[in-house]
Amino acid sequence: MSDTELQEKPDLQIDQDQGNFSYPEDYAFDAGTGLTDKTIDYICDAKEDPDWVREFRKKALKVFNEKPLPTHWASKDLENIHFNDFRYYLSKGAKPKRSWDEVPDDVKRTFERLGIPEKERAFLAGVEAQFDSEAAYSNIKKAVAEQGVIFVGSREGLKDHPEIFKKWFGKVIPTADNKFSALNSAVFSGGSFIYVPKGVKVKHPLQAYFRINAENFGQFERTLIIVDEGAEVTYMEGCTAPKFDSVTLHSAVVELVAMKGAKIQYITVQNWSPNVFNLVTKRGLAHEESEIKWIDCNIGSRLTMKYPGVILKGRKARGEVLSIALANNGQHQDTGAKMIHAADETTSNIISKSISIGSGRATYRGLVHIPRHLKGCKNNTECDALLINTESRTDTYPAIVTRGEGNSVQHEASVSKVSAEQIFYMQQRGLSEGQAMSLSVNGFVNDLVRQFPMEYSVELKRLIDLEMEGSVG
Amino acid sequence: MKCALEIKGLKAGIGGTEILHGLNLTIPKGEVHAIMGKNGSGKSTLAKVMAGHPDYEVTGGDVLLDGKTILGLEPDVRAREGLFLAFQYPSEIPGVTIANFMRAALNARRPEGQEIDAVEYYNELYKKMDLLKIDRAFTSRAVNDGFSGGEKKKNEILQMAMLEPKYAVLDETDSGLDIDALKIVAHGVNSLRGPKLGILVITHYQRLLDYIVPDVVHVMVDGRIVKSGPKELALEMEKKGYDWVENLVAA
Ligand SMILES: Nc1ncnc2c1ncn2[C@@H]1O[C@H](COP(=O)(O)OP(=O)(O)OP(=O)(O)O)[C@@H](O)[C@H]1O
Ligand SMILES: [Mg+2]
Repeated sequence: MSDTELQEKPDLQIDQDQGNFSYPEDYAFDAGTGLTDKTIDYICDAKEDPDWVREFRKKALKVFNEKPLPTHWASKDLENIHFNDFRYYLSKGAKPKRSWDEVPDDVKRTFERLGIPEKERAFLAGVEAQFDSEAAYSNIKKAVAEQGVIFVGSREGLKDHPEIFKKWFGKVIPTADNKFSALNSAVFSGGSFIYVPKGVKVKHPLQAYFRINAENFGQFERTLIIVDEGAEVTYMEGCTAPKFDSVTLHSAVVELVAMKGAKIQYITVQNWSPNVFNLVTKRGLAHEESEIKWIDCNIGSRLTMKYPGVILKGRKARGEVLSIALANNGQHQDTGAKMIHAADETTSNIISKSISIGSGRATYRGLVHIPRHLKGCKNNTECDALLINTESRTDTYPAIVTRGEGNSVQHEASVSKVSAEQIFYMQQRGLSEGQAMSLSVNGFVNDLVRQFPMEYSVELKRLIDLEMEGSVG
Repeated sequence: MKCALEIKGLKAGIGGTEILHGLNLTIPKGEVHAIMGKNGSGKSTLAKVMAGHPDYEVTGGDVLLDGKTILGLEPDVRAREGLFLAFQYPSEIPGVTIANFMRAALNARRPEGQEIDAVEYYNELYKKMDLLKIDRAFTSRAVNDGFSGGEKKKNEILQMAMLEPKYAVLDETDSGLDIDALKIVAHGVNSLRGPKLGILVITHYQRLLDYIVPDVVHVMVDGRIVKSGPKELALEMEKKGYDWVENLVAA
């Protein structure tokens, strides 16, 4: 199957080995390849999971095995994932092995251009499994702990704070939501657990970057954030440096809970190496008068499928998804947003910008659901696509389901192209082809990026520059 | 080394059709030359071929900038070597502000890590905008996006002023300008005139040449320069019409 698939996609000129690592043959905490009940037991033992988690995982494994691939709503490329070839758990001590000399030159150059500090480079390139971010993390942790904020890994969360953790874990995204949420539920490790008590407004954004580095990057991260009444937090996921990862399948689950009047802003800027399948389920539950905002930027990967959503459960709740997806040669970004209105006077806003380059493909897939009995609900959806050169393709599937009067839905979509004339014009002013493309792309995303926190917009701009430079022959 | 923009026996075309049939023209640094010619005679083609537009093929001859050939160089390299083209039909670049665009273009001329200082840059930009009587609000507008015809042309000259080229080709910069704008643009161009700059002005009308007085006027017919002379040639052209030169060629 996979071979014919690949042959049918001659444009998929990705070196599937790029970014792969070699592992030492035997070490203490390797669950081996494949996924069975035994693998689950192995993970539970290694992590010293409580019984309820073991049970939860095993149930999830069953669901995972029973569920078909969601091929009806995305790429056939999913069929190229050989689930039995992956390692589902590597614990401490199981460090991928690769020397700095083996790190490809373009990767090293990327680090340099991004201004990544020397000591972090080796870590990001996968040469070292850890770098010393403990200090930065413990400072943040200490600062917020004074306000009663819990900011820990998911493992500590479920062990040390079961009363809060258990109440919400798997409630926003049930195991059976889709095949990949089931997979994550079976084998999750890593990710963050955050609880912000009533009325506490966390001043500085909490950054997973520091926390995750202090542990290990998870292949199956599981994040749960609960923000209590009237509290506020901004969370930044990952780092904008490309992760040159040892594994090619990533499947995270992120659940957010905003209690009455709470505000959560969740920011992701991801830059994956081109061999990665990135299949993520992200959803927030917004209670009365609360606000959940996803800012999601996806660059790189072989296939990304990600549709952050908000369930607007309480009156006057507000949900927002601002997303940018960049699909370069051979890549497919299948992204979008889901807004489930479940109370009166709820509002949602979706702004999606996608860029397709060369044989890259960007798909917007949205769902806005407003049932008949609700009143005073509003949705605004804007999807803009930018195509660079003629091979690129883009698809928009807005799927807006509104029933009932007294609700308003607004939808706008646009497709524009960077023409050869525009590139020539900019080149005539002295900009290289790559710089010209990069400027056009930045111009295209500019009005959206302006709403991002400063440091993220700067990083994003640099990433786009690099990506565009790399895309000219 | 000869300080000039030299076009020698240039043959070029598009889609297999030759448009320039062995064109010769030399613009010494410090001089202003004008080209007049009928619609479709190949003036814009000449401008774009010099700038390196990828759609055109060069089949013969050479273009030299201060003695060095520029054919075969990427358009941006030619630009950084000092060639500027004010487009007859400037492109619109949505989302990219004039301020950012010009800054990127200036930084592209500097070594990496030595970007232009923001204060210095804005001082320079405002000075040039004042010279061309362009409202400062334009800095935050996207390049040519929704600009009127005249505003686009002024913006071309603003860019020329900012980038300080060695040679500038102005392709019908006068078209679409009202008389006040024409005077302002001419004043802007004249203030850039000097020993360090060679200018080639492409126009249909004597009117522009009243304000930007050329050292030499060339007449182009069917992809060739057929007559060159002092500034009075433009007046004669206007009086006698293109038929006159075409008859000269035929004779
Ligand atoms: N892309 C193209 N495909 C085919 N023919 C072209 C193309 N571009 C230009 N031409 C032809 O080349 C000839 C010269 O065009 P050019 O634009 O250089 O004329 P011009 O002298 O600048 O005219 P004008 O005064 O109207 O601006 C014209 O006959 C034109 O139709
Ligand atoms: Mg023309």
